[in-house]
Amino acid sequence: MPKDAIVRTIGLKKTFLLGKIPLHVLKGIDIEIYRGEYISIMGPSGSGKTTLFNMIGGLDKPTEGKVYIDEVDIAQLDAYELAWLRCRKIGYIFQTFNLIPVMTALENVMLPMIFGGMEHDEAMNKARELLETVGLGERLHHKPFELSGGQQQRVAIARALANDPAIILADEPTGNLDLKTGKEIIHLLKEMNKNKEVSIITATHDLKMLDVSDRVIWIRDGMIERIEDRENLQIRVGEVEGEEAG
Amino acid sequence: MAVDVSKKKKIEKQLVLPLSHAFNMSLRSIKIRFGRSIIVTSSIVLGIAFLMSILSSNAFITSIIQKGPESLKIALQQNLDEIRTRQLWLISLSLLVCVVGIINAMLMAVTERSREIGTMKCLGALDKFIVELFLLESSIQGFAGSIIGVFVGTIATFLTYLLRYKGLIWSIFPGELLIRYSVLSILLGIIISVIGAIYPAYVSAKMEPAEAIRREV
Repeated sequence: MPKDAIVRTIGLKKTFLLGKIPLHVLKGIDIEIYRGEYISIMGPSGSGKTTLFNMIGGLDKPTEGKVYIDEVDIAQLDAYELAWLRCRKIGYIFQTFNLIPVMTALENVMLPMIFGGMEHDEAMNKARELLETVGLGERLHHKPFELSGGQQQRVAIARALANDPAIILADEPTGNLDLKTGKEIIHLLKEMNKNKEVSIITATHDLKMLDVSDRVIWIRDGMIERIEDRENLQIRVGEVEGEEAG
Repeated sequence: MAVDVSKKKKIEKQLVLPLSHAFNMSLRSIKIRFGRSIIVTSSIVLGIAFLMSILSSNAFITSIIQKGPESLKIALQQNLDEIRTRQLWLISLSLLVCVVGIINAMLMAVTERSREIGTMKCLGALDKFIVELFLLESSIQGFAGSIIGVFVGTIATFLTYLLRYKGLIWSIFPGELLIRYSVLSILLGIIISVIGAIYPAYVSAKMEPAEAIRREV
């Protein structure tokens, strides 16, 4: 049986204009990501990870090529449908957490549900449940600046899960966290991936992420260098680290 | 493609931002950035205070002409005609400066908050939610600023006239006219603050989420 592709890109290219000089950030990316997978997109800074991430998340438009999410070509969607897709199908996690500073943890998690048309009380109960799941049951009414980095990222994870999305996109989720907190966040993501059957796609250069990923997509200079399964990865960790150092 | 059609149908579901929620968010936005809110609000306070001082001054003079002693009437009547045309210029100019001040402050707010705007878009906010939030915020500031401005303007004028005409002021106090002018000024205050916020709100709503988040301030 063929596996069910939740994200599919075909010949994805993105060119930015730096003044008059075109900068080819993505040079034709074809990937398929299946339902329930945990994918890491790895590569050095400037390799196009974040750009690819933005394309997959419908946050930016490709110059050429197509992105299908759940078999829908997102280039065909109008602004309203795209917003709906972002609201219901995709959960976003960022390196800089990006919680809304004026809102408490609980309200931050409630926001996507409110946008999605859920009743206030129902949203509140669900947000509370989600925050308990990520281990923040005691901090519901704290504002982001009253939380540590790790705690803020937990709120962000709860918020990403608010509308039961099919995909969670995490851009460098551990980039601003220390080693231990980063590990906790990675395991939390893995747990959510297993329990809620949500596909997780992370753009990262954190090698700790390799342990939990089902597949790793290596990007270099806007192209896919190679795609590896986890089984192959573990044997080659030494090589991987060497590459990162060089 | 068959799959495409069914998916499209599902996507037509609603996205909403209830007004009470939007109001709450705007109010808190104002509170947390109190410094900047004060600047926007004070520009409205000044504009409206100026407007109201001129309007109430007119009210007092009109009232004195109608109810006051003969001796004052003729002199004031002449004065009033002369002043009226100049007043219109001054008022328009001060309100225009006020609008420009609001546009400036709100554009700063948009830049400052671009990441927040981008995040909200990632969570499914439509452009119109963002516009709604900015306009609401501005009109709340406009309302608060106008009320303060009306008080400041009226009291300042009242004190000047009290000093000049002493007890006479009490007997000719134009209460009804002042109330009418106050309501007018408050409405005008809200309208100009909304006008000032339209362009910044439009700019913020049109930002692509990826770009809005990337932008470092």
